[in-house]
Amino acid sequence: MQYILDNPGRVFELTIEHLQLVFSAILIAALIGIPLGILISRVKWLALPVLNISGVLYTVPSLAFFAILIPYTGIGKTTAITALAVYSLLAIVRNTAAGMNEVPASVVDAARGMGMGQFQRLRLVELPLAIPYIFAGIRLATVAGIGIGAIAAVIGGGGLGRLIFDGIRTIDSNRIVAGALMCIILALLAEYGFSKLALLLRPDMRVKAERG
Amino acid sequence: MITLEHVTKTFRMEGHAINAVDDVSFTVEEGELAVLIGPSGSGKTTTMRMINRLEEPTSGKISVNGQDVMSMNVVNLRRHIGYVIQQGGLFPHFTVAENVATVPRLLGWSKKKRRERAEELLALVGLDPAIFANRYPRQLSGGQQQRVGVARALAADAPIILMDEPFGAVDPITRTQLQRWLRQVQQDVKKTIVFVTHDINEAFLLGDRIILMRDGHIEQNGTPADLLRSPETEFVKEFIGDEFALQALEHTYIAELAKPVPSRVPDDTLVIPAGMSIPEASREITQADTTGHSGFLVTDEEGKPEGYVTYEDLASAIGEGISSGAESSDEVIPELLESEDA
Repeated sequence: MQYILDNPGRVFELTIEHLQLVFSAILIAALIGIPLGILISRVKWLALPVLNISGVLYTVPSLAFFAILIPYTGIGKTTAITALAVYSLLAIVRNTAAGMNEVPASVVDAARGMGMGQFQRLRLVELPLAIPYIFAGIRLATVAGIGIGAIAAVIGGGGLGRLIFDGIRTIDSNRIVAGALMCIILALLAEYGFSKLALLLRPDMRVKAERG
Repeated sequence: MITLEHVTKTFRMEGHAINAVDDVSFTVEEGELAVLIGPSGSGKTTTMRMINRLEEPTSGKISVNGQDVMSMNVVNLRRHIGYVIQQGGLFPHFTVAENVATVPRLLGWSKKKRRERAEELLALVGLDPAIFANRYPRQLSGGQQQRVGVARALAADAPIILMDEPFGAVDPITRTQLQRWLRQVQQDVKKTIVFVTHDINEAFLLGDRIILMRDGHIEQNGTPADLLRSPETEFVKEFIGDEFALQALEHTYIAELAKPVPSRVPDDTLVIPAGMSIPEASREITQADTTGHSGFLVTDEEGKPEGYVTYEDLASAIGEGISSGAESSDEVIPELLESEDA
């Protein structure tokens, strides 16, 4: 705590760096993961291999993953973002596919019967209905990414991990606590923010059913 | 007008070819409400779904106003045919007004025009736009959702509407209300409607024409009175004479339907005692030859003619089914509507 109060500028700078790291990774993962999720909800035989591959990637220990990537992407932010994006992929792909599969058949049938084309159905009906699932996936990935992102400091990724690893090196528990605390605050804020955002995009989720 | 000519739909299941619809031909005239009815697996829903090409026929020809549907742009075809399904199939993330205005939106109407149209239709289906327009489907009762579903099908003023068991998922009392209500709306809008159901009472109440199907083919195609007085096959007899379908009428007697005897009644007119219940009389009639007759005589205990019942009246009484106790639909509906909103 004391460290944060004594070095507000430094902590703020690292927090911003951390957020940039995580959000770049999430953005990339979403840009790949959401279309991939839609694809595997349509082309069923692809679902198993895609989910298995992203599942296996998810289980690779983060430190090992960073090490594997270094020869290709070097030391620094690129490696950190790549690894975080890969970790985020599973949650986003799986949740997008689940959300698409949860769209009631009767609603899809109505959309077809009323003359919506494939793309209109996706844009007007299926994606909006899958939003709570997709956002749950992004939220999960972000919270995990904030934690894993701290390890990225080891390979020069920057962010709040720097505080923690500096603290370990200099045996300064204040810095460790400061870094960890900021990570927790970020995770909680992300959790809250994405829940709110999902409700903003799906105003109908805010109203209660008046009857069964 | 909708015409089906020798339409067959074959599904492949585990290597077997099954004709879900087998050489079906019929015509639905403009402004007519045709009911497709039959037990499950009879092909009635598949038949309906081929009209807007949600299923495509394996062979045969379907035309809408003289145009072969297979030659039309499928998206365009569907936008000009209203579609109502069970539980309305409403979009849960659209408000009621947005749901109603879906097809106008697809057709590129302006926002203002869409809104006006939605409000107009909500009023037509008996839902106050001021209260309902901005609600979401989950805030409505099942019956209200069905009304919105019907309003949505009417939104782009499509001349043809397909209804797939639209009232199948609501409780019996609400269903009766909705059926009576649809009959009134149909009197105003006069659409060409194809209505799928498995409920014989519903078919008798709503249908100008009933097409009874079994195992993919048509058993009989005719008016409700036709089916009642001259069933063409044993299956039709059974289906109509079904105790279950008619049991609600067991305590309604023929005498209640009797009107004064017309001045000229043919000598071979069927005679039914006044004390017979409607199901009993229906069984009598399906057994008798009633060709060329418009109705039957009702006699008192001593066998003297007391009144006359037309087959049309009998058919609509059967259609009224469980609601036969209600005095008049005009009086009942507003009252029930209020309780639904409460």
